[in-house]
Amino acid sequence: MDDGKLDALGQTIVSALPGAATGHAVAFNQLTVDVEASKIVEVVKYLRDDPNCRFVNITDVTAVDYPERDKRFDVIYHFLSPTLNARIRLRVAADETTQVPSLIDVFPGADWFEREAYDLYGVFFVGHPDMRRLLTDYGFEGHPLRKDFPLTGFVEVRYDDQEKRVVYEPVRLNQEFRKFDFLSPWEGADYPLPGDEKAGPKV
Amino acid sequence: MGLNQATPSGPVLAPAPKGILDPSTGKPVGANDPFFLEVNHELSDKGFFVAAADDLITWARTGSLMWMTFGLACCAVEMMQVSMPRYDVERFGFAPRASPRQSDVMIVAGTLTNKMAPALRKVYDQMPEPRYVISMGSCANGGGYYHYSYSVVRGCDRIVPIDIYVPGCPPTAEALLYGVLLLQKKIRRTGTIER
Repeated sequence: MDDGKLDALGQTIVSALPGAATGHAVAFNQLTVDVEASKIVEVVKYLRDDPNCRFVNITDVTAVDYPERDKRFDVIYHFLSPTLNARIRLRVAADETTQVPSLIDVFPGADWFEREAYDLYGVFFVGHPDMRRLLTDYGFEGHPLRKDFPLTGFVEVRYDDQEKRVVYEPVRLNQEFRKFDFLSPWEGADYPLPGDEKAGPKV
Repeated sequence: MGLNQATPSGPVLAPAPKGILDPSTGKPVGANDPFFLEVNHELSDKGFFVAAADDLITWARTGSLMWMTFGLACCAVEMMQVSMPRYDVERFGFAPRASPRQSDVMIVAGTLTNKMAPALRKVYDQMPEPRYVISMGSCANGGGYYHYSYSVVRGCDRIVPIDIYVPGCPPTAEALLYGVLLLQKKIRRTGTIER
């Protein structure tokens, strides 16, 4: 789909769901729709069942952390419509206490995606039957993909010969983490990236 | 194929094995090895020869190392490669064994995470003595790329004692094979028997 059609689709969705879908944008050939957290199930049901949409495949559920914002998380949903040959992204603003309704009744495949987003970001999904951690260690504390989570975490493991088991201890590093890449393109370096020397100004 | 037919209607036969012949003498390579000749002479003279039981036992041990696969990440692919026909560790008596209770060596191939560490130790505890561990790759040696991660053990020697460290990310199959040969050398050198 070209950008014009995506824009029209976004307008249709936003006008069909007043109060639930609050806005839309098209960037890089992808449609993004902003959704109220409490109305996400309604929006997803519309996207799945409406004959003009048919977004029947859930591709991903994840989150992004913006610690400086009031509602620090964007919960991101990706869907695919084989009928339209198009993808859509839903964006829900949430904070640590926002109760985001679970999609598990609409898309059972959202099960582990939501557990992963809860595990790594601490976003709460309500209505999920088994909201446990998915990836991190048993008894892990904290949510490691939050920007304020320290890189090395809080505990490390060691086999204790006296206790005859693997014990957890506070992290003690023999050498602090040092960053040698002072010219990383992610940190705002102002030199042209290798291969970009002949590139014209971005339009 | 190297097969030849004795008679036009007869069965197809594989040629008899010739061994590795030294082109200058026409005899097998090592046929004039002094050690071999002495043992051969002693055997044909007396019908027996004397050796230390330690040497015999460590020799037997190096020749039947059953290794347990503990493939955790990409290193496991090189570990598979080393047991495939090209490098073929089974010619050194180094054969894969699926159960820790029947194996002598564990190859820790890959990143050991905090969550996996108790499981690794449990598997190691099930192995019978004498047991050996090969730590394969940077991640298992010291955390490697993930040294400062919140979820990775900084070297699997924090969990189990290691005999051989194989460096690399991942180590090539040759490197692991060399590690296996070093382990056999170590067993020959330090082999002990529980009396």
